[in-house]
Amino acid sequence: MTIHSVLVANRGEIAVRIIRAAKALGLRTVQVHSQADAGSLAVQLADEAIDIGPPAAKKSYLNVEAVIAAAKAAKVDAIHPGYGFLSENADFAEAVVAAGMKFVGPDAAAIRLLGDKVAARQVAAKAGVPTVPGSDGRVSDLAEAAAIVSRIGFPVMIKAAAGGGGRGIRIAHSLEEFERHFPQASAEAAAAFGDGGLYIEKVIEKARHIEVQILGDGTNFVHCYERECSLQRRRQKVWEEAPAVGLPADVRKRLCDSAVALARSVGYSGAGTVEYLYDDASRDFYFIEVNTRIQVEHPVTEMIIGLDLVQEMLRIAGGQPLSVRQEDIAIVGHAIECRINAEDPYKGFMPGPGTVETLAVPEGEGIRFDTMLFAGYAVPPFYDSLLGKLIVHGADRAACLARLRTALAGLKISGIPTTVPLHEALAADADVAAGRFHTRFLENWLETKFAAPPSGTREVA
Amino acid sequence: MSKAEIKSPLPGMFYRRPSPDSAPFKNDGDSVSADDVIGLVEVMKSFHEVTAGIDGKAIRFLVDDADAIMAGQALAEVEA
Repeated sequence: MTIHSVLVANRGEIAVRIIRAAKALGLRTVQVHSQADAGSLAVQLADEAIDIGPPAAKKSYLNVEAVIAAAKAAKVDAIHPGYGFLSENADFAEAVVAAGMKFVGPDAAAIRLLGDKVAARQVAAKAGVPTVPGSDGRVSDLAEAAAIVSRIGFPVMIKAAAGGGGRGIRIAHSLEEFERHFPQASAEAAAAFGDGGLYIEKVIEKARHIEVQILGDGTNFVHCYERECSLQRRRQKVWEEAPAVGLPADVRKRLCDSAVALARSVGYSGAGTVEYLYDDASRDFYFIEVNTRIQVEHPVTEMIIGLDLVQEMLRIAGGQPLSVRQEDIAIVGHAIECRINAEDPYKGFMPGPGTVETLAVPEGEGIRFDTMLFAGYAVPPFYDSLLGKLIVHGADRAACLARLRTALAGLKISGIPTTVPLHEALAADADVAAGRFHTRFLENWLETKFAAPPSGTREVA
Repeated sequence: MSKAEIKSPLPGMFYRRPSPDSAPFKNDGDSVSADDVIGLVEVMKSFHEVTAGIDGKAIRFLVDDADAIMAGQALAEVEA
């Protein structure tokens, strides 16, 4: 491999995950950190740690100059951006390469192309991937937009071309509502993203969120099957599975092949995810977007195919061809991931940073807990609330759910509120067990099925 | 006339404006009512309004916009 060292430009559980993968490959690891993260687990595990600024992400983890300067000072061969922060910033990827290092991910051109939601939709369509009915690209004015919506029917989503991750989206149920929202959405997109461009998509009601993991080395492209991430709250994923529940084999094949076709059409290099909406009733799937980075929920894929995706990313960045061929990749069993956040599910998911007093982690066959926690760690208030991910594997989905219930019962975090009770309730729910869910399921379930236990029995954080 | 402190109920980042391009909720010297919003605290990427909690005059901020703050830290003082 042409790289011998890597700098981790991220924090939290994913920084720990990357350091472990890099060490397994014999790489020297350098962790950059904000002043709020000086005592973090990633800092303790890395061979070297470099302070890059104050707690605010804008002044540290999002500061391109500071990260590049640290990488130069530490003389690393590569930078792994993790997810979030600078991971999908094409200018950063370019700056890394200009500084003589490898960016662990696709090249800047691919990030830029696929990061523009309208351009990505056109790339997908050209590669033969079905897209949600809507505008062919940016819509220039209200008249053009109105003509499109009268063709595709309501409800429709007005989306910002420069948006993503659920941001910059408005839904209109009628022409009157559409005409009211359209100019506001444009002004908001201009303010939020510096680009007022909009496009339109039909709303697929009761859709499931299914995404395909892809890997490419610029020449060879494979898929690692799909994940299902339909359990979401405020468009944020809460619980993920692999493979998708009850997906017919022929649909799975077409879905995964379409993701590979898209990757091949852009000469993709690294790990990526092609996201789709899936309509159970019609068995149709529609392209949404491509994420050009490792995803939070990547471990469920690792658990069913037995491949370390982060190590694979590092090997690809080191100039090696893919270590697997498509025919080597097979689904074994079923995996579920629960995102454990520092939020109180009984109090509207109010975030609760603070000090972890005690920590007990379940262990055993098919159980994995990716985390940055340790007893005595003070979770800072400045970053997102993800504390860790409990990932469980079983021979089939029923065995996986049974093992998940045991694992959740063994996960004890005291001192701060967590979403463990939410996951315990979901793991015991009949609809979840039957796989009867879609992207709007969880919010309704929280209102109608999820209630605080009778007072007195609740553990006080 | 006594001074009263307005403390943050939460740790995080303190913002004096509803959005980067807006005017501050309150300027030094303004009078406040108990229900007035004086700033936002961003904790783990979610935003929470901080209300004055007390009627007072001549508010004076003790922290800057976008400063990191602790729970219980005094954000401003007023003449109550």
